[in-house]
Amino acid sequence: MNPVPLALDLTIWMLALASVLSVYRVLRGPSLPDRVVALDLIATVVVGIVIVYSIQTDTAVILDVAIVFALIAFLGTVAFASYIERKEQQR
Amino acid sequence: MKEWVIAVSLLTGGVLMLLGAVGLLRMPDIYTRMHTATKPAILGSGLLAFAATLYFADLLVTLRALLIGGLVLLTAPVAAHVIARAAYFAGVKLWEHSVRDELKGMYDPDSHILHSPSHLNRDTLRE
Repeated sequence: MNPVPLALDLTIWMLALASVLSVYRVLRGPSLPDRVVALDLIATVVVGIVIVYSIQTDTAVILDVAIVFALIAFLGTVAFASYIERKEQQR
Repeated sequence: MKEWVIAVSLLTGGVLMLLGAVGLLRMPDIYTRMHTATKPAILGSGLLAFAATLYFADLLVTLRALLIGGLVLLTAPVAAHVIARAAYFAGVKLWEHSVRDELKGMYDPDSHILHSPSHLNRDTLRE
């Protein structure tokens, strides 16, 4: 008996649920940094989804997408943080 | 045997990311939320990359998985630190039941300088 297909399905569902919960925090989150933290978590979850998808479809090339996505998410978070800090300084 | 290791690390990674999202939803202020969203995400994506390594059993895939794990391990704490710093400067309040705020009174909004706590001053450390 091979448990991998079942585990892949369950993991995809759990990651989808995690991103839905984070979207709730993005929409509601009382301050701007809250939303940025939630977006950062969504980016990490999407990296996980890409990895699981590459195993599911047996295509290793898709892992490159995960690498690029992790980098872009980090850059976006740092840009948001410097924007928040600069806005605070100008006030 | 190998299939079971892959399945267990996949499921553990998924559960960790789900727990991170639940913590993001349930925690009371941004600092606790950030703490609970960052750490499980690092370990979760690392476990998923480990599962991919075992599944493909290929040198190039292993290098890519190591790159993913290393990138997340290096960038996630930096991103969390930068966001927490920006949030503190922007005046986001701590939870009302927080026990200690060591940066209280240390930040000067006019000059944008963050002073060290007095017990960490250079003069007292030298003694």
